[in-house]
Amino acid sequence: MSSAKSKGKTGLGIEKCPTGIRGLDEIMLGGLPKGRPTLVAGSAGSGKTVLAMEFLARGAAEFHENGVYMAFEETGQDLIENTASFGFNLPELCARKKILLDHVHVDRSEIEESGAYSLEGLFVRLENAIKTVNAKRVVLDTIETLFSGFSNESILRAELARLFRWLKTAGVTAVITGESGDGLLTRHGLEEYVADCVIVLDHRVAEQTSIRRLRVMKYRGSLHGTNEYAFLIGKKGISVLPITSLHLDHEASKARISTGIPRLDTMLDGKGFYRGSSVLLSGGAGTGKSSISANFVRAACERGERALYFASEQSPSEIIRNMNSIGIELARWAAKGLLRFHAARPTLVGLEQHLVLLHEVITEFAPAVVVIDPITNFGAAGNAMEVKSMLTRIIDFLKERQITGFFTSLTAANSNPEESEVGISSQIDTWLLLRNLESNGERNRALYVLKSRGMAHSNQIREFVLTSRGVELLDVYIGSGGVLTGTARAAQEAQEQASVLAEKQELERKRAELSRRRVELKERIEALHWDFRSEEEKILTCMRQIEERERQVARHRLDMAHLRRADAANANGHRTRNVRA
Amino acid sequence: MKPGKHAGGKAGSKEKHWKLRLYVAGHTSKSLAAIANLQIFCDEYLSGDYQIEVVDLLKHPQLAAGDQILAIPTLVRKLPTPVKKIIGDLSKTEQVLVGLDLRQEEQTV
Repeated sequence: MSSAKSKGKTGLGIEKCPTGIRGLDEIMLGGLPKGRPTLVAGSAGSGKTVLAMEFLARGAAEFHENGVYMAFEETGQDLIENTASFGFNLPELCARKKILLDHVHVDRSEIEESGAYSLEGLFVRLENAIKTVNAKRVVLDTIETLFSGFSNESILRAELARLFRWLKTAGVTAVITGESGDGLLTRHGLEEYVADCVIVLDHRVAEQTSIRRLRVMKYRGSLHGTNEYAFLIGKKGISVLPITSLHLDHEASKARISTGIPRLDTMLDGKGFYRGSSVLLSGGAGTGKSSISANFVRAACERGERALYFASEQSPSEIIRNMNSIGIELARWAAKGLLRFHAARPTLVGLEQHLVLLHEVITEFAPAVVVIDPITNFGAAGNAMEVKSMLTRIIDFLKERQITGFFTSLTAANSNPEESEVGISSQIDTWLLLRNLESNGERNRALYVLKSRGMAHSNQIREFVLTSRGVELLDVYIGSGGVLTGTARAAQEAQEQASVLAEKQELERKRAELSRRRVELKERIEALHWDFRSEEEKILTCMRQIEERERQVARHRLDMAHLRRADAANANGHRTRNVRA
Repeated sequence: MKPGKHAGGKAGSKEKHWKLRLYVAGHTSKSLAAIANLQIFCDEYLSGDYQIEVVDLLKHPQLAAGDQILAIPTLVRKLPTPVKKIIGDLSKTEQVLVGLDLRQEEQTV
């Protein structure tokens, strides 16, 4: 675990012994106190034996520390059978002398007491067992059984105190289990003897769901997480979940990954989400949350990355079928092993356990992107506080691993999503909002980026259309009537086209008229010319006739004069000459 | 090994009616007291028909698991069956008698 690494940093105090139990080492900043006894207290069925056994099994298998399991209640065979389901290979570890199981049988009915005694026999057995496998870890489960086997409590208490002192000097890291009851931490006050480190396990049922919790009550000489942490006993033993990771020091990646929708990438500074960021997609019912998720998942698979899809409303085959209808083929990636679905209702196991399941699946599959669709379903399994803390933990967990988290959130029809999700919004890096826009007797989807940390993102609302080829984003029409989408947008567009056409036609018409006018003008000019010319002709003819007549008159006068032998100097003759000139 | 008849003969040292094993750990005062007390007890109540084996767990620690020994000293009655255990330094003869089924618990106070 990563916490094992941090051990060195915090290791100013005592030395730690890693348990290998997921989450526990993190809470305890490295593990149990090395070379000291730790008390694990809890009621019946709270998981003490599993924790103790996992401590030993992982110690032997992962940390090369052999162990002795001294069982006062269960026989070795029982232990092997009971813990086989957690994947601890006890028979093999025992055969390889890594773990020694010693069943200590205490039966009051067989024993009669006569005079003073000590528990030296137990010491001898334990010492012998430790020597046999060279053990560094010891489990005593549960030593309280001794109280039922021996009647002389004062001897027993003195001997137990001696046992724990002895364990310390032997330098073994010991886990001692104790059963709590009657409101006490342990029935017989074992905590008096084991005071270095106390872990309390609890198994309670709240609203019909069982919740296991763990708390480090005391840890001398070390810092530790003090909260109650949920844990799960799963297929691989115990997983403990710190409510929040103890430090906020995950790396921030500068790498960007596509959203799977080119237009949406453009809205996000042209590159998409940051890798390892958390994305929230909220919207009402039927706004297309799952479709956008599927796009994102497909894009990841196309890049060759693993994607994990947690569905709490639809089964995987439903998702595959539904996404096929909009042209997103997911079955192919699922078959390739790049895409894994995990469908479970959170209400089935309770929030905490669901979270542990998520952790387990994520740890095992190691995806690059995780989709949780929808996170709002967690609300059904817990109250708002719990949901918030759970999401915080999921986000922390994903960020620590540089996994991009994509969460969808169902918002109520009329609520303002910015208000309703105020609880988690601060933990979200990129928040996309889907809105239903209702007008003109139809419903259309719109998408916008509410926030996106660390990038210049678009402030535009885009219409979001599901087609048989997938998701498309379109520009919305912004006119005097506000934002227009769907058929209104189409109608507006058609109207615009029509008016453009009309203007074009008008222009054509005007142009035609102009040329017609020009022709008309030309014709008119031509006609005037003709008129003018004929007039001119007429006038000229007339003038010529007049002149001719004058000449004839003059000639006639001359003739007359000649005949009359009149004077040559005649005024009329003079004037006529002038006119002719 | 089946126990022989009640005959108190001293034939083979192996075929005794009472076969007792006393677990001790080193030569502590309790151990020494237990050995001494056992000897006195046997002489008085078992009329020679017994065999005592003293096991020092410091020398043979692996033997502790076999008889599920926790307390020291522990006297184990191997024979006659069933196996009985008496823990302590055997200073209280009454409890030893009860533990070895030589006397029913009569104390009805």
